[in-house]
Amino acid sequence: MNLTIDVTNKENIAYVVLSGEVDAFTAPKLKDALLPLTKEEGQTVEVDLQNVNYMDSTGLGVFISALKSTKEHNTDLKLVQMQERVYRLFKITGLTEIMNIDSTVQGGMQ
Amino acid sequence: MSTLKLDLENYKELLQEYIKTQDEQALYQAEQFSKQSMQQNISPEEIINVHIQSLQELYPEMPDYIQASMNFLLETMISYGLAYQEHQSLREKQLELKSEISVAANMQKTLLSTVKPDLEEVDIGALSVPAKQMNGDYHHFVQDGKGSLGIAVADVIGKGVPAALCMSMIKYSMDSYPEMRMDPSVILGSLNRVVERNVDASMFITMFYGLYNSNTHTFSYSSAGHEPGFYYYSDRDEFEEIDVPGLVLGVSSETSYTQYQKKVEKGDMIILLTDGVTECRQGDRFIEQEEILHVIKQYSHLPAQETVENVYKHFERLQDFHLRDDFTLIILKRNV
Repeated sequence: MNLTIDVTNKENIAYVVLSGEVDAFTAPKLKDALLPLTKEEGQTVEVDLQNVNYMDSTGLGVFISALKSTKEHNTDLKLVQMQERVYRLFKITGLTEIMNIDSTVQGGMQ
Repeated sequence: MSTLKLDLENYKELLQEYIKTQDEQALYQAEQFSKQSMQQNISPEEIINVHIQSLQELYPEMPDYIQASMNFLLETMISYGLAYQEHQSLREKQLELKSEISVAANMQKTLLSTVKPDLEEVDIGALSVPAKQMNGDYHHFVQDGKGSLGIAVADVIGKGVPAALCMSMIKYSMDSYPEMRMDPSVILGSLNRVVERNVDASMFITMFYGLYNSNTHTFSYSSAGHEPGFYYYSDRDEFEEIDVPGLVLGVSSETSYTQYQKKVEKGDMIILLTDGVTECRQGDRFIEQEEILHVIKQYSHLPAQETVENVYKHFERLQDFHLRDDFTLIILKRNV
């Protein structure tokens, strides 16, 4: 399973649409795409996870480093349309408390 | 050079024989020739060179355009020759790295080894199996000599060698805490500061820390974003998820951890694990929580160590003996 990353910019929002699996194999690619976006001051990075049906802890690590980077560079990170299985991972690790995650969670979409 | 010359004669004869007879046997010999050449690090363009020389000797009247085409072929093969050389040197390097990693894996085993305590009051089973050579999961038992047993279960994210190195750092900071400061919330709080200061931004650690007091049979625990374990109530014959909030270690230096406490009755079990257990897959399907509990229940009449081993064997079989992630399972059962 692969991961496709689509980035579009509108004013000062970068929309990142992900599709596929975020795991140890695809995480480096996501990191390379996501981190530079969080370094442009004043920008909001909105990541759409509707089509991500699996994420492992390596994927989580990418979002943690992106979050740290937003704090350093005065930018924002927002995660939207997360599937239930992925949301569980953010919940267990306590990240739902410190990350901006859209609460409309997608039920077991395949 | 002498071997190559010998081979040139050999090649010429083989080629001549094949052109005359179109015999399978000669083709087989050609295959042997290529294998031997590889062993002697002979590059593809050298073989083409041998081919050209053989043709010239066999057919001195060879048309110019064939000669020219052969030179052309020779030139086009040069990059392959270079790639082959590079492949050879990478192979040597890979062997070197492999042996270094196995030395490191052995060192990790020694550094992180923990002794499963033998307690009269609590039956303990513990098993940790790495998916790759180095284990990113970690568990550790600490006894204070006054009836308290500390248990840490952790998963370092970012797998492989960096994760293992990070785990050693955690273990040594944990070892340095004075015995009276074994409160789970305190330990996680201070480890969080260690990890936050020292570890790369995309690396983090999940950890569950529990403290079993075998005098009062109370279990205190805190979790730093770790995969929830389970509590088994023997009187009700029911499992309950030990779901406690808490942020993973290394994300924010200001995090504090809440501590919870449970009274443990005779026959009750505390089941601690890592996501290598809950993320088991059968083909494309993730196994359900009920399935894990069902398997644990099935073997829970056995001594705790045999229980964890049988549960592992079950999921190892289910995944065709191919672990995707490190697998750690610990069971504590109150005996008396």
